[in-house]
Amino acid sequence: MKRTRWTGRTVGRWAAGGALACLVGIGAFLGIAHRSGLPPIPPPKPDAFPAEMLSRGAALAAIGDCVVCHTADGGVPYAGGRALATPFGTLYSTNITPDPATGIGNWSKEAFKRAMRDGVSRDGSHLYPALPYDHYRQVHDGDLDAIYAFLMTRPAASAPARENDLIFPLGFRPLLAGWKLLFLHQEEFTPRPDRDAEWNRGAYLAEGLGHCSSCHSPRNLAGAEETGASAYSGGVAEGWVAPALNGSSPATVPWTKESLFTYLRTGVDGHHGAAAGPMGPVVHGLSRAPEADVRAIATYIASLSADRAGTAPKTPALPDRSAEAAKANPVGASLFAGACAGCHEGGAPMMTQGRPGLSTVAALQLDRPDNTIRAILQGFHAPTGPAGPAMPPFAASLTDAQVADLAAYLRSRFSDRPAWTSLETAAATVRKEDSQP
Amino acid sequence: MSVTITVNGADHALDVDPSTPLLYVLRDDLELNGAKYGCGLGQCGACTVHIDGKPAFSCLTPVGAVAGRRIRTVEGLGSAGAPGLLQQAFEKEQAAQCGYCIAGMIMRAQALLDRIPDPDDAQIRAHMQTNLCRCGTHMRILRAVRRAVALRKGTQSAQEVRP
Amino acid sequence: MSPVLSNLSRRGFLAGGALVVSFALAPRAFAQLAGGGEGGAGPAVVAPDLKGSLKSTPWLDAWIRIDADGRVTVFTGKVELGQGIRTALIQVAAEELDIPPAAVTLVTADTDRTPDEGLTAGSHSMQDSGTAIQNAAANVRMLLAAEAARDWDVPADQVTTGGDGRLRAPDGRTLAYGEVAARLSLHVQAVPDAPLRKPSDYRTLGREQPRVDIPAKLTGGAAYLHDMRLPGMLHARVVRGPSVGTSLQSPDLDTVVRMPGVVTVVRQGGFLAVVADRQWTAIQAMRHLQRAAYDRAPQPPLPADGTGDAVAATLKALPARDISIMDTSEPAGPAARTVKARYTRPWISHGSIGPSCAIARYVDGTMTVWTHSQGTFDVRRVVAELLGLPPEKVHAIHAEGAGCYGQNGADDVAADAAVIAKAVPGRPIRLQWMREQEFGWEPLGPGMMTELEAALGADNRIVSWRHAVWSNPHNNRPVGAGGVLAGNEADPPFPAPEGKPIPMPEGDGSRNSNPLYSFANTHVVYHFLKDMPARVSALRSLGAHLNVFSIESMLDELAAAAGIDPLAIRLDHMRDERARDVMQAAADRFGWSKRPKGDGRRGCGMAFARYKNLGAYCAVAMEVEVDRETGRTLVRRAVAAVDCGQPANPDGVRNQIEGALVQSLSWTSREQVRFAPDRRASFDWSSYPILRFDDVPGSVEVVVMDRPGAPFLGIAEAGQGPTAAALANAIADATGVRLRDMPLSPDRLKAAIGPV
Repeated sequence: MKRTRWTGRTVGRWAAGGALACLVGIGAFLGIAHRSGLPPIPPPKPDAFPAEMLSRGAALAAIGDCVVCHTADGGVPYAGGRALATPFGTLYSTNITPDPATGIGNWSKEAFKRAMRDGVSRDGSHLYPALPYDHYRQVHDGDLDAIYAFLMTRPAASAPARENDLIFPLGFRPLLAGWKLLFLHQEEFTPRPDRDAEWNRGAYLAEGLGHCSSCHSPRNLAGAEETGASAYSGGVAEGWVAPALNGSSPATVPWTKESLFTYLRTGVDGHHGAAAGPMGPVVHGLSRAPEADVRAIATYIASLSADRAGTAPKTPALPDRSAEAAKANPVGASLFAGACAGCHEGGAPMMTQGRPGLSTVAALQLDRPDNTIRAILQGFHAPTGPAGPAMPPFAASLTDAQVADLAAYLRSRFSDRPAWTSLETAAATVRKEDSQP
Repeated sequence: MSVTITVNGADHALDVDPSTPLLYVLRDDLELNGAKYGCGLGQCGACTVHIDGKPAFSCLTPVGAVAGRRIRTVEGLGSAGAPGLLQQAFEKEQAAQCGYCIAGMIMRAQALLDRIPDPDDAQIRAHMQTNLCRCGTHMRILRAVRRAVALRKGTQSAQEVRP
Repeated sequence: MSPVLSNLSRRGFLAGGALVVSFALAPRAFAQLAGGGEGGAGPAVVAPDLKGSLKSTPWLDAWIRIDADGRVTVFTGKVELGQGIRTALIQVAAEELDIPPAAVTLVTADTDRTPDEGLTAGSHSMQDSGTAIQNAAANVRMLLAAEAARDWDVPADQVTTGGDGRLRAPDGRTLAYGEVAARLSLHVQAVPDAPLRKPSDYRTLGREQPRVDIPAKLTGGAAYLHDMRLPGMLHARVVRGPSVGTSLQSPDLDTVVRMPGVVTVVRQGGFLAVVADRQWTAIQAMRHLQRAAYDRAPQPPLPADGTGDAVAATLKALPARDISIMDTSEPAGPAARTVKARYTRPWISHGSIGPSCAIARYVDGTMTVWTHSQGTFDVRRVVAELLGLPPEKVHAIHAEGAGCYGQNGADDVAADAAVIAKAVPGRPIRLQWMREQEFGWEPLGPGMMTELEAALGADNRIVSWRHAVWSNPHNNRPVGAGGVLAGNEADPPFPAPEGKPIPMPEGDGSRNSNPLYSFANTHVVYHFLKDMPARVSALRSLGAHLNVFSIESMLDELAAAAGIDPLAIRLDHMRDERARDVMQAAADRFGWSKRPKGDGRRGCGMAFARYKNLGAYCAVAMEVEVDRETGRTLVRRAVAAVDCGQPANPDGVRNQIEGALVQSLSWTSREQVRFAPDRRASFDWSSYPILRFDDVPGSVEVVVMDRPGAPFLGIAEAGQGPTAAALANAIADATGVRLRDMPLSPDRLKAAIGPV
């Protein structure tokens, strides 16, 4: 089964930032680019860490979802080798099992924490910010210790790093120092005294290990996350739109902490579409994380759009204008009846069993049709395991023009927002990407 | 409303609601038994046919969407009297119990062999993942696909491949 | 391809009916445990000295007809379910008649044509029908030889056969079977002692025989009831709420009756169906009606969640009737080690890949029903009572469906179709359930629990063994209108009958709770629970799945506690030589003595059972590899050994055991029906996932023991229990973690392993 590539979400920014860094004078640059190596250590014994620390490390690693990026398809967990496709070439994640030769077995705790905070490998070379160390800088020291303990007790696997395949000059790692100079200024998380403990726990996890805003915030020209009022106003990850989580959230039914908790835990709740694309693996990790931590994250994220939830009606009108939509898009209506209605029309089993109706699905409310088109062409797997919301792909049965007709119908039936344009071109673009090896 | 579809090389003009899933047109109008109703949800693969050479769920394909496109069903691969390569391999391995899933399995496997003539065991398993079997005939289905590969290569026996 | 089915399946099917007058069939009465004790209305025993189903149908012409041109037609009351019984019975008949298998036409259950052999269930087909046909064929061959001997004036024992359908005199003269048969009446009772052919002379039995039903299944031939198309046939869909116990409040009938293509809506009491000229129209109309809100009738509480504790709490809250299954006391030494454990199994769906289907036609006061039920004759009884027709006015004919593995929706959909056909006389009605209806309305395999306590003496002998099992009845097979949904929905309703346990030795929830091993001081009790939180009935192997899982897990728990090899503790307590042989055969082929020791990731396990202690013997050994990060368990290789007496078709046996093994892995490792407070919440394959190709074993090997001429022992359900326990034992060997609540899922295993 193909697993969703999702790690590209952080890739665009550093690539752009790397290009920017080229503008910095090389001479001035080399001075700050150098970081010293840290001495290797003998690999710690598995019993070197208390059980409580390992459990905590496991939970934190699940929230950070380390395993997704650091495991190749069908590969040994944490042994790396996952290809991260970017517009600037392909990166391969590295082996973070405690194998001394090819993994991090001879990394000291200090070396590990330096990598997590400063993006520097034990040998002193810079790491690409596909590893979101700008977020990990905010993680408390004790939690990094726990993650270190957890990783150092995984089964060691010998898996040498694959050579990255990046366009010139991005293969030259010292350039990354420039990117860091410009964008790596985050501080360790400090709680807000005006918020309660659960909110602060959620904020800590979401801003740090969870790195939610790396997808859900827009980025500036240099590829760095926008902050302030723009934070959480929506971003893009692997071609999927990551919807806004702040007051501009497109959700038809406003998120609450309860509905977010259910969604983050199971990948679906009754009033919001299922987790698809890069959100799938996030839910996979959170479904196995401590319940209290997931509730805390839900509390924090729900607070981002609290002003909207406060003003919106409790039971908003759900758009569903089937007659008008069928009149405007008769071909789309016919395609919907044959291809979609068996799951999404009233009376279909999914509907009588409490799965969300299309009126509540954010993909149909976004300004861009990308998520709708991707869901139709590629489908998605249940995020938390074999059970859960899933959708079959329609790439083989529907043409780009038919996908466009269908998307136009869906938009006009289930949303009050303006019609999408250039749908057929958008479908062709997604299909082309998907046919890449 | 009239729709013309091309199934196993023959054109059929049909007076049918274009939203009708291809599955029901194949079964009820063209009287082809191969594609089966299993779930109607694109989850089990019992209805698998090829559309322009790619495997697709006929239960979720409106017939209006496939007008003028090439549709192939298990009947297009051979008959009981003159079975195609995969059908021979499934017969040789006795790869069926109730058999309800098998036509879909064969069409799914055919799509793999059309794309990769000599797949390894991992590729076969990954590719066949889409289709469900309830009798537990999986081991024989895998053997049959390997045997079809071997038949094509002209060797006599398909070896059990162990991971 | 069987000519009978192809007749039925094509437009000219009508020509295929009623070739044979049914005068030879026995009167029916309540009697023996047909189909492993399931159902309830098997035919009466009229000839107790005869073997198999000849006991109830002793006349030879009920089983075998020979035309003047030598064509042989064999009749069985059993049905093809994908288990290969059609081919095996043809082999049995061909062997004892000594003719080529291709000369045999087999007619399966048809209330007008074949003997009533009760249900095709309980792994009884070879024992009941195979034995009957074998002995009937031996009788017929004996009569043919005697008649030819008279003709030739030679002693009967000097007439021989040569496998070609001709009788031979010592001087070389020959006569064709057809020629001789024309002078004989086969309307005579079988005798018990007709000589059987010697296994050393077998030409067909015990040889690999390609299954007769497979070619059509590979090529889109007409292979299933679903493929029948009758002239003037209409398509129906039944309209119901999401699952058993729900009812739609006010479906929008007005809109539906105006939909183009809708022929009619059938509404009688709580029963509702739409009839249309096309399937797609019927489906769309059904969906529209199912938009209605639904109510739920009060029932015993469903399990609160998917945990073993919830299963146990649900079952223990129900009133129990305690049935003693086994109670022995022997002198034994004191207990040195005692192990106590609880094991559970959740509710499991049959999960047929093809939702149930039936065709019914009501013409001139006669109802004809084509059904893939396991109880063709019970379909007649059910439909007759439901529609108030005399049984002789209901003709039920078996046609193959998708694998059912017990009582799925087949009986219900047959009754549904008959109700609709009665309301639309003259037109054949084809009704197929939707996927969610199969999940929502079929009877499930019951959730169960056991509590075991066993003690080892200092000499590593088991000195006491206690086994308590809690279960709903597994036998709610319909024998009247109250057993099907349409009966419960009728006005006035036919109430569902109270469930009853199947007595030992077959048992239901108690099946295989009586260990075949020799343990001292064995106490087994069945806490029978008649009140059913969810609609349940027979699922392949009934209670044996959990009982064998429990016994064979406990043996490994004891072995681990005492540091004994799992094979040794089994052999030390087993006196049955055939049981010892299959265990040893599986162990030898597996390489048990040289197996890799559990190392945290890899491990091996084995288990054994004789199904019902009456059927086939089966031992399973397997090696697993556990991913400690995720808890995912892959079976690297599995070996099963099976002793089924004389195998009819060894490849057919292997196919069944391979299938049972893989299916049981799916049940045991990942399956459970989910419940919401007011309904079943499993409604499709995304809410009820089963094993897919990524997770099937690396290899499965089946050793079929050679037992020439030994009585047939059914194999279809022999593998489920041993496979389940072998998996748990292998996981325990690999990880040191003992999982006792099914499913043995990755999440549960990961939780038990912990972060390291």
